[in-house]
Amino acid sequence: MRLQAVDVKLGYGDRTIVDGLDLGIEAGTVTTIIGPNGCGKSTLLRALGRLLKPQGGEVLLDGKRIDRTPTREVAKVLGVLPQAPTAPEGLTVADLVARGRHPHQTWYRQWSSDDEAAVGAALSMTGLADLAERPLDELSGGQRQRAWISMALAQGTDLLLLDEPTTFLDLAHQVEVLELVRHLHGAAGRTIVMVLHDLNLAARYTDRLVAMRDGRVVAAGEPHEVLTEELLRAVFELDAKVIADPVAGTPLVVPIGTHR
Amino acid sequence: MTATAVAPRLRGIQHRRFTVLMILLAAVLAGVVLSVTIGAKPVPLADAWHALTAPTGSENDIVIRSLRLPRTALGVVAGLALGVAGALMQGHTRNPLADPGLLGVTQGAAFAMVASIILLGASSLLGHIWFGLAGALLASAGVFALGMVGGRGGPTPVTLALAGTAVSAFLYALTSAIVLLDEQAMDVFRFWQAGSIAARGSEVVWQVLPFIVAGLVLAMVNAPGLNALSLGEDVARGLGQNIPLTRAVGVTAVTLLSGASVAACGALAFVGLIVPHLARSLSGTDHRWLLPYSGLVGAALLLLADVIGRVVAPPGELEVGVVLALLGAPFFVVLVRRRKPVRL
Repeated sequence: MRLQAVDVKLGYGDRTIVDGLDLGIEAGTVTTIIGPNGCGKSTLLRALGRLLKPQGGEVLLDGKRIDRTPTREVAKVLGVLPQAPTAPEGLTVADLVARGRHPHQTWYRQWSSDDEAAVGAALSMTGLADLAERPLDELSGGQRQRAWISMALAQGTDLLLLDEPTTFLDLAHQVEVLELVRHLHGAAGRTIVMVLHDLNLAARYTDRLVAMRDGRVVAAGEPHEVLTEELLRAVFELDAKVIADPVAGTPLVVPIGTHR
Repeated sequence: MTATAVAPRLRGIQHRRFTVLMILLAAVLAGVVLSVTIGAKPVPLADAWHALTAPTGSENDIVIRSLRLPRTALGVVAGLALGVAGALMQGHTRNPLADPGLLGVTQGAAFAMVASIILLGASSLLGHIWFGLAGALLASAGVFALGMVGGRGGPTPVTLALAGTAVSAFLYALTSAIVLLDEQAMDVFRFWQAGSIAARGSEVVWQVLPFIVAGLVLAMVNAPGLNALSLGEDVARGLGQNIPLTRAVGVTAVTLLSGASVAACGALAFVGLIVPHLARSLSGTDHRWLLPYSGLVGAALLLLADVIGRVVAPPGELEVGVVLALLGAPFFVVLVRRRKPVRL
């Protein structure tokens, strides 16, 4: 297990969102956490990325407690991209990606050839090399999200946590970002954990799905095991038919509703 | 572009940044020359050089060595300190309208000074400076402690700003009460409040210098962390930055820098508000360059404003704080209106 949550209790102040949850992330897989709004999936991802300290239980990274490992050492192994990050105005794509090298730099040694190679590689992998000079504010939503992913890539970690990387993107750009995620996985066998809202895209681009409700894991496994009509009713309170995606054969959720 | 093609671009940027740094250094040097030679008694450059290298006790020598030089040195030191403190403050709060006064240092210094006058009868300017410095440091520590109570896991920019505003208002009320009752305190206070680098003597420069040097070192150590923080706290944490430590170092640096200069020169915090905007237009968002640029722009601006104040209303002088506000306010309005307000 690359990353493991053991009996974690998570929350903010007095409000507990997740209690007694166990979850393991296997090396070299793409895992997506799904669930209704407020089920605690982003909270769980934040805890896995040590952005949120558990109130109880522990998070293990490669078998070691993540909160007992120096945060800079964690940053060399684990990259986190929070939901809808913001950058200062005028920051260029190249400058943003260069900041991904932060954990590898010290105040007396700011820029090395390793840094340069990592930034160049990240930019070409996400297809942004030609836009390197452009300020982030001038990019389309999909390009901007790719720039942030490049920053996480330049960090040089083989474990990436992405919190709703497709929010605010139109369908074409959502597909573009998820294709990139799949490419990152394929190219270097990276382990990736995401939170997504779109169940059909999640099923298409994921090895393992984790379905959550009210701070608990309801089901976990391959998409066709998890995305069933019973589960959709139990987790999302949604009546739906699940058919085979005519393109990929993965589960496709068709809501029933009452309108037609 | 391939991986290797990024290199020349980065080198080009480094080269340009270094050139700008040299230009700013030259601007400070020009400010020093103007500040030493221009005043109620103009001193030719040759005589000024003579006074510095081989003084003979002539009138010019005395003017230069005992008046102009300490004044110029204080201008450089305070300008550096306030410029850097302003850039730090705006960086930590991600607020383009933040200034170092937000931590309560200005009102802390003011209150400690007037309190020392009525309670201890401190009458020399020297005494005021130590009290002012102590007041600034205590007020800032108080603000930091209060900000900590409100926030989860260390103070946040919002809790700091709220605590700073509350503490400043409280101290201002106390200061007002004292100066209304005590004429001597009023006298010291009204000159201090205007802000000036004149008539301080070289010992004042030496007194505040250690604090400012310490503050500048902490500021530079803080720069990479601020770059990470400018992408948001979560991203910074993901990049391995220790957020509470970064905040604490930043607040300490701002306190030392602005506390020392405010105690020595009075309320000049406006420098800390406008200078980072000027510097940012030259440096972009990288704090490793923004901080030194802000310091140099601050020093050059303070010297220039002081020289203008000396010549604009002969035979009298206008306090540098007044000149800065008169020049700076319209300039700031133009700056803000020209572009949309900067998002940090």
